Amino acid sequence: MRQLGLAAAIREGIIQEMRADQSVILMGEDVGKFGGAFHVTHDMLDEFGAERVWDTPISEAGFTGLGIGAALTGMRAIVEYQYLDFIFCAMDQVVNQAAKIHLMSGGRAKVPLVLRGPQGATGRGAQHSQSIEAYFMHTPGMKVVLPSTPYDAKGLIISAIRDDNPVLFVEHKLLYGAASPGGGKALSDTAIQAIGMDVPEEPYAIPLGSADIKRAGDDVTIIATLLMLHRALAVADQLSNEGISVEVIDPRSLVPLDVETIAASIAKTNRVVVVSEDTSRAGVAAELVATINDHCFYDLEAPVQRVAAGDTPIPFAPAAERHVIPQVEDIRAAAQRVLSD
Amino acid sequence: MTTEIEIRRQPVDCAGQDAELLLRMFRKMLEAREFEEQLYYLFLTTAMPGTMHQAVGQEAVAVGVVSALNPDDTITSTHRGHAHCVAKDVPLDEMMAEMFAKREGSCRGMGGSMHLTDFSKGMLGAFAIVGSGIPIATGAALSARVRNSGQVAVSFFGDGAVNEGTFHEALNMAALWNLPAIYIIENNQYALSMTVAESSALPDLAARACAYNMPGVRVDGNDALAVYEATRAAVERARAGEGPTLIEALTYRIRGHARFEAAGYRPAEEVDAWKNADPIERLAAGMIAAGIASEDQLNQIRGEAERAIEEAIAYAETCSEVAAEDYLAYITAEE
Repeated sequence: MRQLGLAAAIREGIIQEMRADQSVILMGEDVGKFGGAFHVTHDMLDEFGAERVWDTPISEAGFTGLGIGAALTGMRAIVEYQYLDFIFCAMDQVVNQAAKIHLMSGGRAKVPLVLRGPQGATGRGAQHSQSIEAYFMHTPGMKVVLPSTPYDAKGLIISAIRDDNPVLFVEHKLLYGAASPGGGKALSDTAIQAIGMDVPEEPYAIPLGSADIKRAGDDVTIIATLLMLHRALAVADQLSNEGISVEVIDPRSLVPLDVETIAASIAKTNRVVVVSEDTSRAGVAAELVATINDHCFYDLEAPVQRVAAGDTPIPFAPAAERHVIPQVEDIRAAAQRVLSD
Repeated sequence: MTTEIEIRRQPVDCAGQDAELLLRMFRKMLEAREFEEQLYYLFLTTAMPGTMHQAVGQEAVAVGVVSALNPDDTITSTHRGHAHCVAKDVPLDEMMAEMFAKREGSCRGMGGSMHLTDFSKGMLGAFAIVGSGIPIATGAALSARVRNSGQVAVSFFGDGAVNEGTFHEALNMAALWNLPAIYIIENNQYALSMTVAESSALPDLAARACAYNMPGVRVDGNDALAVYEATRAAVERARAGEGPTLIEALTYRIRGHARFEAAGYRPAEEVDAWKNADPIERLAAGMIAAGIASEDQLNQIRGEAERAIEEAIAYAETCSEVAAEDYLAYITAEE
């Protein structure tokens, strides 16, 4: 089958939805003429024109609000943030407006809005390296989607566009599969697996709230998203050489969360490690631990191990960034702890 | 450039004007006034939950603007939004039911006073974070452009909102792209306790339009007809694809900021002077002077407006209570 990188898969999903549905529009900084800072929207302006692909000024709160207003009046708006760190400029529009309008209107208004962009630590310093999903996981009314493979990315972006709610669609810079212009060295990571690159050409939708078992195993479950999913798979490879069978689960969306798949895995392995690149305190991994406690406590034979970023702004120096962000060896050590408890 | 606001008391100049339009505006302003006057009483005497922000004295802005729109044109409102809803034909019964947190309320009891809205009437929402509705209305204008629908989108906001970043961001984009948007600064002269002069370095707020390369118009916001005319010109411009307009309507918040807030930071003589510039009485006097209506006719409309609100209250009392778990159906939209 034809293979695609993650950025190209997202791009194809958006293009196919824009061809199929005239109400889909796209807006953001440099998404038109420049094709997006990470090339996700490459050539879309040429195909769809300036009435559907809006190159905006640097006005995140403003163009997020425009997306909401368009979504309230018959459009399906896709808003790109050049880096997801910039979405904080639009927090009121996202948290107070987009996420709450459906409930505030007693269900009479819908906000079909996709908020998407790249995140993740890649040597760019504290303001271009964060993982931001926990803020929005904490915001009722929103959905939070995180693709870790090209196949998932295409199917999930199509579902996100078709959804009638605001959906945060989180992309990881290291998974895009290409260097960004002006970004210097090619973005790569030795743990990134060439998985899920077979991407069907026809459109397909992966339902939000369906986790995927990326690798089946019996001894320990590792739950991870985005880049951490790839690092978890690298750990699974290493441990299989030692006769340990690891099950790796990719939730694919944190809201809604497929608790059933997670619980079934834990019922089998009785041991679990949760991994996330966002900061540890009140973060994604913390929420997953609490959810596992709620649903799986009597299946556990050891305390759940949480692996997440340090509670610090991301420092620039490569050695320091590496210290803050969970590495393969950190995940491996956590798996070994949970197995030895 | 004037910062001193002249208090105009003269009757609205109705000579030669459309009687039907004037009488409709008169009725709508009365309904908005009576709705809020009764709310004040209901908060004192019943278990009406929450709070409210009255637009008493500002009705000519809401009604004058909306009277220049088509039913399918869209508006965004604010925490002080009752009059905008009345003007946009949101059913009074459903508005009152919402105030009482009833299931039949316009937002099913999920919104309340600060989020009163009705999408079926082109009312896109009352957004109670100051300035937040400005880009949302601008998005509705963008959508109208993409859909080639001929609609215009209006954002109502107060003098306080012009110092939010969203004002700047949205007006810039609307002008950049010639969107069919109209921005109404409902300048009631106070952002809670802060006067315009205390919060805006340039107190002539309409003058800010020049920064966005769009027309900026200052209008007597207690003259419904003047507001209507200014809006009509902006609507024509927007529908012709010539872009947005900023209108600053000068008015006065007769009541405190919210519910029972006493507004002791204002001189009593200032409040009294504006009470004597009441927009409803100015329109009534203008219609009588122009021979458009008799005092008896106007009194009849006054009585009808009062009864409409009485009926809305009676309706709300018959509505069903929101069940504690109703909200669960509204957190996200699912098929």
